[in-house]
Amino acid sequence: MKLTLKIWRQKNNSTKGSFETYQVEADEHMSFLEMLDVLNQQLIEAKKDPVAFEHDCREGICGSCNIVIDGRPHGPQKGTTTCQLHMRHYKDGETITIEPFRASAFPVIKDLVVDRAAFDRVIQAGGYISVNTGQAPDGNSIPIEGDIAAKSFDSATCIGCGACVAACPNGSAMLFTSAKISHLGLLPQGKIEHSKRSQKMVAQMDKEGFGFCSNVGACEAECPKEISLDNIARLNRSFVGSVFSSE
Amino acid sequence: MKLDSNVPEGELAEKWTKYRSTMNLVAPNNKRRLEVIVVGTGLAGASAASTLGELGYNVKCFTFHDSPRRAHSIAAQGGINAAKNYQNDGDSVYRLFYDTIKGGDYRSRESNVHRLAEASTEIIDQCVAQGVPFAREYGGLLANRSFGGVQVSRTFYARGQTGQQLLLGAYQGLSRQIATGNVKMYNRHEMLDLVTIDGKARGIIARNLLTGKLERHAAHAVVLATGGYGNVYYLSTNAMGSNVSAAWRAVRRGALMANPCMCQIHPTCIPVSGDYQSKLTLMSESLRNDGRVWVPKKKEDAIAIREKRKTALDIPEEDRDYYLERRYPAFGNLVPRDVASRAAKVACDAGNGVSPTGLAVFLDFSSAFERYGHSEALSQGINNPTAEKIIDLGREVVKKKYGNLFQMYEKITGENPYVLPMKIYPAIHYVMGGLWVDYNLETNVPGLFALGEANFSDHGANRLGASALMQGLADGYFVIPYTIGQFLSKEIRTPNISPDLPEFEKAENDTRQRLQRLIDIKGNQSVESFHRRLGKIMWEYCGMSRNAEGLTKARQELRALRDEFYSDVFIPGTADEFNPELEKATRVADLMELGEVMTLDALDRNESCGGHFREEYVTEDGEAKRDDENYAYVAAWEWDEQEPQVHKEELVFKNVELKTRSYK
Ligand SMILES: Cc1cc2nc3c(=O)[nH]c(=O)nc-3n(C[C@H](O)[C@H](O)[C@H](O)COP(=O)(O)OP(=O)(O)OC[C@H]3O[C@@H](n4cnc5c(N)ncnc54)[C@H](O)[C@@H]3O)c2cc1C
Ligand code: SF4
Ligand code: FES
Repeated sequence: MKLTLKIWRQKNNSTKGSFETYQVEADEHMSFLEMLDVLNQQLIEAKKDPVAFEHDCREGICGSCNIVIDGRPHGPQKGTTTCQLHMRHYKDGETITIEPFRASAFPVIKDLVVDRAAFDRVIQAGGYISVNTGQAPDGNSIPIEGDIAAKSFDSATCIGCGACVAACPNGSAMLFTSAKISHLGLLPQGKIEHSKRSQKMVAQMDKEGFGFCSNVGACEAECPKEISLDNIARLNRSFVGSVFSSE
Repeated sequence: MKLDSNVPEGELAEKWTKYRSTMNLVAPNNKRRLEVIVVGTGLAGASAASTLGELGYNVKCFTFHDSPRRAHSIAAQGGINAAKNYQNDGDSVYRLFYDTIKGGDYRSRESNVHRLAEASTEIIDQCVAQGVPFAREYGGLLANRSFGGVQVSRTFYARGQTGQQLLLGAYQGLSRQIATGNVKMYNRHEMLDLVTIDGKARGIIARNLLTGKLERHAAHAVVLATGGYGNVYYLSTNAMGSNVSAAWRAVRRGALMANPCMCQIHPTCIPVSGDYQSKLTLMSESLRNDGRVWVPKKKEDAIAIREKRKTALDIPEEDRDYYLERRYPAFGNLVPRDVASRAAKVACDAGNGVSPTGLAVFLDFSSAFERYGHSEALSQGINNPTAEKIIDLGREVVKKKYGNLFQMYEKITGENPYVLPMKIYPAIHYVMGGLWVDYNLETNVPGLFALGEANFSDHGANRLGASALMQGLADGYFVIPYTIGQFLSKEIRTPNISPDLPEFEKAENDTRQRLQRLIDIKGNQSVESFHRRLGKIMWEYCGMSRNAEGLTKARQELRALRDEFYSDVFIPGTADEFNPELEKATRVADLMELGEVMTLDALDRNESCGGHFREEYVTEDGEAKRDDENYAYVAAWEWDEQEPQVHKEELVFKNVELKTRSYK
């Protein structure tokens, strides 16, 4: 199939970017990123600068890939990362618009590559259980109800891609942050530090320049791991609680 | 060079405990003065860096990824082994040790493997305490499943995302140490050289990938946890960025590469579908618990399926060859990976493969749907369920167990595996080979340590499923924190190493020239195109089966490819900026040199064992023929532009008897 790609090109953070148009010949079995590989091969053969984009596992788990495709982070398919999107969902002759994740807390590095280090700092602020190696009791000493473990797991599957932030009109990181707080806070091991953790992570989130959450819900809709808004609701409830309890 | 494994004296089961309690310690006030560089933030690196940080060492940690959480470990699916014996099915430290030695086809060191089995139980405790949401039974206790090559159920798992959850646990621990300042983290920094001073590893040259700037980082010791080199085959299940450069640069500075030809080919991957393909996707081995592997008995059926005139559903039961169950009745579909992979190749080479390329076999869940459906109907009290209802119920059970894998399969292939059986084929997945290390995980370069997939230490000629995660975390959480003390306790009087020393300057200049040389070639072919060709040569001659003639040819082809690379590669941009093509180029250049040593190693080993299958050495019924008399050694290679040299560490087996590995 023949496709027209309108791709955001930006040399670095201090220059202005713009869209450029390219033609590419793709095969329906290719993944979206393989289609971009084909384009880059063409560009390199023409001694031009290939399009920089981030990717690694190419199976939807590392959270590296982050492209806005036709206005949607990770493209049109529900619950699918960019790397898992396949060209069989496109038709011959289509035009596809490709841009980086846009959010003030994620500055563009080059083309489609952005800096998501702010997420690391949110985790560093408290997204862990404080246990040193060697201190742990036997793994079966605290049974955990299957339902709770499953809920915690659902929150823990966040891949840290940042689509929630890119999807949000406010550039809020609430889905990401609340998912980590739920993952840990639901487990008996993580309960002890729960209030402190929530406060510190939310404070860091604000400090990084992520926007506030106004319950738009775009994050959940675009999240490739289908992380639920329940996480935000849970955080709102417990966060209010933790502010009270610390005062 | 004499290779001393430094294995402590004493009974196998007591070595580690005794050694640990008598080894040299570093006092807390001295730890604060000692600097350690950890390269890599996968399971091995993140666990090592955080634990060393907790102990009070001054740690600097590096990853080329944009965040420590993206290391390739994140992609591991199936699970992690531990000798907990929670299932009361006869598991023990000894049994895990024995299975691993046997599974590795008797090419690993007894003492290291036993220590690994001992540490396994503590790993699970540690991870649970960190908040890793392992699968649980109804009663709230930890659940287990089985993996290939063993007859007990000792694999802990977190749906099909075990690596992700374990890595997030380690990443969070690491984040905590970063927050306290015990670990200084360098994201998007790639190690491009090792710096040695008076023979000891004292630092690295790293490139800041955002700016292209070369940086000197000094320390008292350097730990490499930089993963495996499966991408030498281009197509593999590894993440696109996985590479050998950190280890290879160490080899270029005198470290030895052990058993480089020992690569693992995973039997259950989604088959190759076209030339554009950039990587292969694994379907976890855990699927073989419930999936049955088969091909049509009749070639005409296979051809009809390839040409899409028939599907698997058109083949009656009696015309299906469940070849693993037929050939290996004792282990059936759960034979180890090397055995299952070769059997798939045999079936496809005989003309019974089922994808358009002829290179695929079926992995079929219909019996599982039926079996689970029946018991589900019973437990839900459904009387006289229809056959359809049973299958539906069964599908639901399977979905709970492997839902994300089935979904992944459908996304990639566009076929629904709940209806049609999956098509799978073996692919490169893991490397047992790696930097040679002694019992302390120290390479032959003093002060240089290697952990995780980057070392060769525990899996011999074949790794059992769910053992890499175990090894990475054992190395990082429970081994290196002790053994690094053996080296550092002698360094407490060494002041901080200065990055201004001439050795650093030289290494930095070497690196700068190397990068500039690549940029200056300005040829006509992309790095990617060389990588693909490298992969083709390796897969053809040094892949699932090998022979002397092919290996000799491969070496010549690799040299020719290297020459062509250095005269015709094209890298856009400069070395002083963010330049992903340049990053790829340095990695592919190193992989090409490694490839050559792999062919030499495969040629040297005139036997078939584990993942290394030499066509000249087979038994009458086509199984691998090992030669313990002549090849019970670790081959450790010293790099030389002209003729790399092999050094041998004889393997001594005092506790297990070397047997022909049989899964029949
Ligand atoms: C698809 C898949 C599924 C798997 N499933 C399982 C499973 O179920 N069970 C199991 O036991 N094993 C499994 N494995 C194997 C296992 O995941 C790996 O062997 C293991 O995770 C390797 O961990 P590691 O810490 O050694 O290296 P990695 O996780 O590969 O980490 C390497 C780190 O080193 C860094 N690095 C590398 N080079 C440099 C450099 N030059 N400079 C700076 N940083 C560098 C990288 O950035 C990264 O942080 C699987 C493997 C694959 C491919
Ligand atoms: S919550 Fe979803 S969209 Fe946001 S970082 Fe996690 S996986 Fe990505
Ligand atoms: S490349 Fe890893 S999630 Fe897309």
